[in-house]
Amino acid sequence: MSYIWKQTIPAGGKWSGRIGRGKSVTFTAQESGANASLLLYNAYDLTERYNMPDTLKAQHTAHLTKGHVLMSDNGRVFASITADTTGWHDTISGYTTRSFTQQKYGASTYQESRNAWRRNGEENFSMELLRNGLTTRDLVPNLNLFSKVYCDEEGNMNFVSSHCKKGDFITLRTEMDLLFVLSNTPNPLDPSKTYPSVPIEITVDEAAPVSSDDYCLNFRPENKRAFENTWSYDLLLGNKTLSTI
Amino acid sequence: MAVFNRVESSRKIENAIYDETVLAGDGWMHELKPGQTLRIIDVEGNQAADTLFFDAENPEDHYSAVSTIANQGNIYLSTGTVLLSQSGKELVKIVADTCGRHDTLGGACSAQSNTVRYAHDTLPMHNCRDTFMLQLSKYDSRYTKRDLAPNVNFFMNVPVTPSGGLTFNDGVSAPGYYVEMEAINPTLVLISNCPQLNNPCNDYNPTPIRLVIWDSL
Repeated sequence: MSYIWKQTIPAGGKWSGRIGRGKSVTFTAQESGANASLLLYNAYDLTERYNMPDTLKAQHTAHLTKGHVLMSDNGRVFASITADTTGWHDTISGYTTRSFTQQKYGASTYQESRNAWRRNGEENFSMELLRNGLTTRDLVPNLNLFSKVYCDEEGNMNFVSSHCKKGDFITLRTEMDLLFVLSNTPNPLDPSKTYPSVPIEITVDEAAPVSSDDYCLNFRPENKRAFENTWSYDLLLGNKTLSTI
Repeated sequence: MAVFNRVESSRKIENAIYDETVLAGDGWMHELKPGQTLRIIDVEGNQAADTLFFDAENPEDHYSAVSTIANQGNIYLSTGTVLLSQSGKELVKIVADTCGRHDTLGGACSAQSNTVRYAHDTLPMHNCRDTFMLQLSKYDSRYTKRDLAPNVNFFMNVPVTPSGGLTFNDGVSAPGYYVEMEAINPTLVLISNCPQLNNPCNDYNPTPIRLVIWDSL
């Protein structure tokens, strides 16, 4: 795979950074059972963020896979899911906290375990948010890449342990300039008794412009209108749109 | 077949310390002290009361839909559900509920999401996130758009299927149905009584809600 940037995020690790529009961002599980908790913000207006309800409601879905787009709270497409080998990514289970992690996997300190200590989503997010001028006030429901959580008829949430295989990947095509905030920490509903996080590789490459036959654009009429909102935003900013339509 | 958890309250309206009707499209913001109980009544049925909660001692700590549902392992809110803040603090607990199920995945309507869900020409229409912002701007200048987290939709039925679908169903609530929640910690409650005119769930007819508060017993 070609790339212009590559980084491996180890188990328990974190990363944040701005990725410009028109890029393919591929996350690859280096072992089975990965979970990468992800938050997205508009790189230049951090009050515009990924919106779980708007994303699910507009696409009549409770899970995310190829064809779906990730919508902001301002009715725009942040990113499109252009490839996915798993068929299901979770956005309703949230992220872990320190007390939850200690209760579930046992207490661990840096003093004792050095860099093998068990880190959690809330603290990883808090540090990377502060680095980018945000605070825990800006925490909202996140994506959990590689995790499958389905609900039965009574609404009970079920985590599917065998879902993510080594080498599984998801590609997000950025439709706007975005701030990515990533925590490679377990899904809160993962029943594994041992801390299950595995390394994730991120590669970034140039994406082809959105064409009129684009799968994500045509997935639902709602998606097309959200793309149109994004393109209007670009034109008003003086940017050329990244569509060929 | 979905299970609904319907639990009636023994509280009498004549013992309440507060009783107010909020019309469709209007907002309401109020602090509950620990032990106080708020009843939201769906006066005419199938109305959506879009509700957000904040830790009154730390206004930057807002309600968390994902912490609340992951904590109980179930996506529906009903009697027994403890609503948590982003930091994990217990804000309120649902203590009675004649509707039996409430949604917290569907969020609130906005001008921008209306253009995506319905049509671009819905942009000028009144919406819940505008109501939230107006209430926050009047209440305390510390609040900004950053404080608008995904909310609870009382009286809304948004079933999720095992195959990962999400649907909008009507017929769960009815005139006079109510939900009651007791404050565990000092909690600010922010409500937008939804003005949505594009959604068949309410028969395109937004209606009033009634808010009643009791002091701790």
